Amino acid sequence: MSGYNFAYLDEQTKRMIRRAILKAVAIPGHQVPFGAREMPLPYGWGTGGIQVTAAILGQDDVLKVIDQGADDTTNAVSIRRFFARTAGVATTTRTTKATVIQTRHRIPETPLRADQILVYQVPLPEPLAKLEPSRAETRQMHALAEYGLMHVKLYEDIARFGHIAISYDYPVMVNGRYLMSPSPIPAFDTPKMHRMPALQLFGAGREKRIYAVPPFTSVRPLDFDDHPFRLIRAPHPCALCGARDSYLDEVLTDDRGGRMFVCSDTDYCASRRDIAEAAGEAA
Amino acid sequence: MNAPLLDAPLLEARDLRLSFGSIRALDGVNATLWPGEVLAIVGESGSGKTTLLNVLSGRARPDMGQAIYRDPEGAAHDVHAMPAPQLRALHRSDWGFVHQNPRDALRMGVSAGGNVGERLMAQGARHYGSIRDTAIDRLRQVEISADRIDDLPRTFSGGMLQRLQIARTLATHPRLVFMDEPTGGLDVSVQARLLDLIRSLVARLGIAVVLVTHDIAVARLLAGRILVMRHGQVVETGLTDQVLDDPQHPYTQLLVSSVLQA
Ligand SMILES: Nc1ncnc2c1ncn2[C@@H]1O[C@H](COP(=O)(O)OP(=O)(O)OP(=O)(O)O)[C@@H](O)[C@H]1O
Ligand SMILES: [Mg+2]
Repeated sequence: MSGYNFAYLDEQTKRMIRRAILKAVAIPGHQVPFGAREMPLPYGWGTGGIQVTAAILGQDDVLKVIDQGADDTTNAVSIRRFFARTAGVATTTRTTKATVIQTRHRIPETPLRADQILVYQVPLPEPLAKLEPSRAETRQMHALAEYGLMHVKLYEDIARFGHIAISYDYPVMVNGRYLMSPSPIPAFDTPKMHRMPALQLFGAGREKRIYAVPPFTSVRPLDFDDHPFRLIRAPHPCALCGARDSYLDEVLTDDRGGRMFVCSDTDYCASRRDIAEAAGEAA
Repeated sequence: MNAPLLDAPLLEARDLRLSFGSIRALDGVNATLWPGEVLAIVGESGSGKTTLLNVLSGRARPDMGQAIYRDPEGAAHDVHAMPAPQLRALHRSDWGFVHQNPRDALRMGVSAGGNVGERLMAQGARHYGSIRDTAIDRLRQVEISADRIDDLPRTFSGGMLQRLQIARTLATHPRLVFMDEPTGGLDVSVQARLLDLIRSLVARLGIAVVLVTHDIAVARLLAGRILVMRHGQVVETGLTDQVLDDPQHPYTQLLVSSVLQA
């Protein structure tokens, strides 16, 4: 695609975004404002993540894009195509082959490595926004690490439901200092962030914020001593690959209420089936 | 408990001055609050009572003068020279603030228990069960039944809301509570019950209180000492009974007599 700079953004914008990223990496979990650019996609389609990806992508990178764990949704396909065109980079659906993975709402099941970068699309970067409407006040709370209010929210959940009823976007403490929104990933994925070897970058386009979790950084879900964070997973194996450790989507199979549970991470599921098939042929 | 410190003031105002344009809201105010005592600030509307309370508590900054707070270790702090984090921490722990309108202080979307527990969680409490136990205890102290703990404040009456605000403040065992017209806007019978409650709580828990009121009767009931303000100045101060029974300043005489007429 001629007329565009490599990866669409001009070099000056990329440098500005990289400076924000460096700052974000230096202060794990802290939201850094950046001058977000208009992208040829509407907000809500991952413009924050796309700008971060554009700023870090190099010629030799291999890009994977997932949306809710799947590589083949409209959103994932169009972002992947966008970078294939504007940057000419190789793309893949294989987690193990990717060097940069942009994601909406999931973390791949396959553990990530230190030579990979995970870029999250973030709709609402401020974890306290729903509890404290004032921006000035939430900024103050972060500055002073005053996070009692977040625990009030958890307290209310337990008082009302008997347990902490947050299944997505579970609030976490990063490096024991900053309260952070992990983006709307399922609570099931939260533990994967803890001491992850890969660099994790978060881009919020509409809110113009970038934040980061450097490799091997502590990421802890908020909880109470007597109501610790618990992993919740549908009690089924994947109907396609039999996995018992993966996050599952419930899929309707007909209009009479038939349904099944399958891996939400399509690459993980396919890889497991490939391996099983190969083993079956070998036998 | 703090016996060795009883001879040192808990809070002192030294020549506080604050103007809004040409209005001198505080015009050289000196005041002293001793540990465990209730000091009433009285005066007509616009005399500077709320302004004084806000400046004493660090919520507003004076043009001149100092407010000095002595912490439990006996160290003196200039309230307005304190770093913001320290002042905020003080407001969440050793200090409390009771607003005239409880809706200004309470989180209306959070249950009674959550409102009381917030200060504990802000201090790092991370055990749900014990936070809840403390919340129940504080609710009982203000005569709110434990079975209302999970109810939202909006289901509470005006008097209950005010008691809930007090329970929230009491969560962390404050030594000093600022109150601005805590019984204003309540029915007379509700007021009487609340005043009784405040009086017994303060006496039992040994809390020092700076109480703003324009109601001389409230001052007489709750306060050991009184400070009479007019046009941003203190015109008279002393033991409540003495000042009210034998007012020296003409303005105080007027205040007292207007109450008698009412
Ligand atoms: N933020 C402000 N800006 C301008 N003027 C103010 C401000 N706050 C207070 N004032 C003025 O300062 C004076 C003292 O006000 P203050 O609220 O302290 O009185 P008060 O004694 O508490 O009165 P009331 O009994 O009506 O509550 C008044 O003349 C008031 O109009
Ligand atoms: Mg007032």
